[in-house]
Amino acid sequence: MTLVDVRTPDPKRFIPGATGDWEVIVGLEVHAQVTSHSKLFSGASTTFGNAANANVSLVDAAMPGMLPVINEECVRQAVRTGLGLKAQINHRSIFDRKNYFYPDLPQGYQISQFKDPIVGEGTIVISLGPDRQGHFEDIEIGIERLHLEQDAGKSMHDQHPTMSYVDLNRSGVALMEIVSKPDMRSSDEAKAYMTKLRSIVRYLGTCDGNMDEGSMRADVNVSVRRPGAEFGTRCEIKNVNSIRFIGQAIEYEARRQIAILEDGGKIDQETRLFDPHKGETRSMRSKEDAHDYRYFPDPDLLPLEFDEAFVEALRVDLPELPDDKKERFVRDLGLSIYDASVLVSEKAIADYFEVVSAGRDGKAAANWVINDLLGALNKAGKGIEETPVSPAQLGGILDLIKSEVISGKLAKELFEIVFNEGGDPAEIVEARGMKQVTDTGAIEKAVDEIIAANPDQVEKVKAKPSLAGWFVGQVMKSTGGKANPQAVQALVKAKLGLED
Amino acid sequence: MTELTHLTIAEARDRLTARDITAVELTDAYLSAIDAANGALNAYVTVTPEKARAMAKASDERLAAGKAGALEGIPLGIKDLFGTEGVHTQACSHILDGFAPRYESTVTQNLWNDGAVMLGKLNMDEFAMGSSNESSYYGPVKNPWRATGSDADRVPGGSSGGSAAAVAAFLCAGATATDTGGSIRQPAAFTGTVGIKPTYGRCSRWGIVAFASSLDQAGPIARDVRDAAILLKSMASVDAKDTTSVNLPVPDYEKAIGQSLKGMKIGIPAEYRVEGMPEEIEALWRQGIAWLKDAGAEIVDISLPHTKYALPAYYIVAPAEASSNLARYDGVRYGLRVDGKDIADMYEQTRAAGFGQEVKRRIMIGTYVLSAGYYDAYYLRAQKVRTLIKRDFETAFHAGVDAILTPATPSSAFGIADQELAADPVKMYLNDIFTVTVNMAGLPGIAVPAGLDAKGLPLGLQLIGKPFEEETLFKTAHVIEQAAGRFTPPKWW
Amino acid sequence: MSVDLATVKRVAHLARIAVSEDDANRMTGELNAILGFVEQLGEVDVTGVEPMTSVTPMAMKKREDIVTDGSKADDIVANAPNSDRNFFLVPKVVE
Ligand SMILES: [Mg+2]
Ligand SMILES: [Zn+2]
Repeated sequence: MTLVDVRTPDPKRFIPGATGDWEVIVGLEVHAQVTSHSKLFSGASTTFGNAANANVSLVDAAMPGMLPVINEECVRQAVRTGLGLKAQINHRSIFDRKNYFYPDLPQGYQISQFKDPIVGEGTIVISLGPDRQGHFEDIEIGIERLHLEQDAGKSMHDQHPTMSYVDLNRSGVALMEIVSKPDMRSSDEAKAYMTKLRSIVRYLGTCDGNMDEGSMRADVNVSVRRPGAEFGTRCEIKNVNSIRFIGQAIEYEARRQIAILEDGGKIDQETRLFDPHKGETRSMRSKEDAHDYRYFPDPDLLPLEFDEAFVEALRVDLPELPDDKKERFVRDLGLSIYDASVLVSEKAIADYFEVVSAGRDGKAAANWVINDLLGALNKAGKGIEETPVSPAQLGGILDLIKSEVISGKLAKELFEIVFNEGGDPAEIVEARGMKQVTDTGAIEKAVDEIIAANPDQVEKVKAKPSLAGWFVGQVMKSTGGKANPQAVQALVKAKLGLED
Repeated sequence: MTELTHLTIAEARDRLTARDITAVELTDAYLSAIDAANGALNAYVTVTPEKARAMAKASDERLAAGKAGALEGIPLGIKDLFGTEGVHTQACSHILDGFAPRYESTVTQNLWNDGAVMLGKLNMDEFAMGSSNESSYYGPVKNPWRATGSDADRVPGGSSGGSAAAVAAFLCAGATATDTGGSIRQPAAFTGTVGIKPTYGRCSRWGIVAFASSLDQAGPIARDVRDAAILLKSMASVDAKDTTSVNLPVPDYEKAIGQSLKGMKIGIPAEYRVEGMPEEIEALWRQGIAWLKDAGAEIVDISLPHTKYALPAYYIVAPAEASSNLARYDGVRYGLRVDGKDIADMYEQTRAAGFGQEVKRRIMIGTYVLSAGYYDAYYLRAQKVRTLIKRDFETAFHAGVDAILTPATPSSAFGIADQELAADPVKMYLNDIFTVTVNMAGLPGIAVPAGLDAKGLPLGLQLIGKPFEEETLFKTAHVIEQAAGRFTPPKWW
Repeated sequence: MSVDLATVKRVAHLARIAVSEDDANRMTGELNAILGFVEQLGEVDVTGVEPMTSVTPMAMKKREDIVTDGSKADDIVANAPNSDRNFFLVPKVVE
């Protein structure tokens, strides 16, 4: 690919060195496991964590005479993902063989796409911020291509003193390799890109995005240069499997390269590994073996061809993607960009919010989801998938507030009860007598009692009306928090003859 | 008993159906013939007598029940390239040492489904790479044909040398074979048998050890044209497990036999008149033309201008694909393993010990032409030339030609361990000069015996057809067979 | 184009075939003979010609996304030179 610099150097992102400022250039090659029941070219299962070689067909084990037959769902998933990346869909693509020897590569080649991938150029918009002024910065990151390929098997090196154990369960599982352009200029941008890409594939349902199970992993290409200068020599950090590690690897690698260059050295183009325990990258020992992959079209497979109608059918079925959803939340529900961004960041959160906000006040729903629900989940160390409060339950709480059955303060208590103990909010309110008291007679009686019992305070308040809140608090306390606070305030002021 | 083995498949079928003979008798006759001859000919690398008798017994039961398949009780030999469940499948290579697959190739399964009986696995050039059957790990096969008055051993051709020799020597009623550059047609021509390579995509490649995926096709070798038609009908199928297998119904090829050639146009390509071709071959070709003309066909001169480039392009495409297809033989999952000091060394020692010289040579060429910086100059150019070769044929067919007649080989069978050929691989490769164009263009081609040369060795003619018009080839070849007669080697073994 | 001894050794290593000095020398001659033979393709004018990708023009068959295979680890390792609990064993690989 020809490298084009589409970014204007931005001092905010410069890394200061001993001899001046540096700019880091980052591009990612992300391997995303396609969501499918069976493998790319065989009928064996893609499930995770089975016994050795249980999910292996004769094709996956490269028995003599075995032939690949493509899984049509994997093709659809790749096209869907391409559409989600607003990318060029290639109606004709070719499967090539990438030839190399490795014990977890049974065929002696990986079936991949080299010259003619299924998806061409596209873009991902990442949003950085907010800054101190509350502004967001949207940056377009170019997608170079997306292609389909086979995953390899797994070798285990800790089972035997002299032998490695090879399991081919992963062998032949479909991967999408999504290659970005070298458009990122900081570790934060790279993390935002990975987060956004993961969110897009999850919205699309084309990859589960579970990085700790290896469903998504990134090869991170890092180089440094003087701001605005020609691109420098890059190093590729292989198979980084968490977003945090991507950030750490880039930070470490940029500083390593800067140190070498400032010492008058030069960067060797090489493949490196990130060690999460040490937070360092190190050279891979196997690199001396210069690779020559001898790509050529796989003669067992015909060109992959489909027409526009095939693409169109997938396009109309595409779910709403995070950017569109965010725009809609701001436009139709009047949410702030910040709130909308938080809500669309994960498909599961957005789905949750959509149920809660349906037919209710969007802003109130957003506040409750973001501040109360996500706050509580965060405190409990839980993800949205494990929420003990269902959207229907939270919606029920919102309805009780709206109809003034409970006060905002009681609602917080009610939420806590539902979060910890479960139950139907309306029933809980009923059973525990949490209903707000709006009956003026009852409130008046309580106010009178408090005033009568505290003559000293009455005098103080008359001298300093701002202390009236003390009476409001006492009345709320005596009514168990159920009195309507507005009504209490009005009555206290009236009885004590204070100006409104 | 011996004459039972001389029955054609069609004859045996009639007698089995009439319950005049039993499948077990027929199978036993072949097993005895193999016992008596294989030491001399080396056509079989494995004989499976128990399996054969069990299958024959089952055939007799089905015959008795009136549930006979199209090949019920017909004993066949299977080229060692076909995966046969639980039975020696080594592509006659040391690297597949001890390999017995847990699966059955689609083609052989089709044969068993039709009631055929397996006698054993047939010798071949290692991984189907060769034109003389001398590259087999199990040693060369001897051609049942010898020059008149000579007892010098000749090659049966290759790579399906075991198949051709076994059919010619009555060690099976018919055999499976495969053809990547001429491996069915050249040995058929060298042994006086009939061999057809069908259109690419007609027979499933599933379960057949791959040599060059875009060229490999299975087909039968048989004693006569009718038998070849009967066998191909059973072998061919549409297979969901092979992406390159074509979704077309399989015709009843036998019906084509005996049909008239009136109104047919036979093309004679100028470019097959190669320099240094023996006059006997020229004469045979002229004779073939005359027979077809007599049968009512119109003869037209055609030009296939890129013919000369087919063989060099083949020697890029086939080794390139092979170098990749044979990467799976690494000592990890099956076959030979030679231990080394580390994994890379294990690979290198295993492959050095497991592959023979011809296979290594082709892997080396294929690896080289695909390596960085050479792809465009070699592989890409060869695939473009291939497009031109195919276009030549299309032009001829568009102009109304129904089939093309050429010699099958540039010579008759040569001697085993021929010094000149052994010293120059390219000279050996020239054996495929007339057959390889057909693989490059994916077309069907049939070799049919047409006469003997001055030494008394068989010579064949080749007919090339349009894609999926194997029927045209059967009816035309049958006309030649009727005119030329059939050829049987004098028994010396 | 012709190959020298060093190229032959490099190619042999790429193909993972151990070669002795004698093998490499012999192969150099053989490979050059074959490369000399295929050289004639240079004469052909291939401008504007598409490389062949499938000899029979047809649409590629596709599979439905259903699990139809697997659960036969015994068959998978049945022919293995060295296996343990259905894993294939190879000399230890160092990264
Ligand atoms: Mg990569
Ligand atoms: Zn990849």
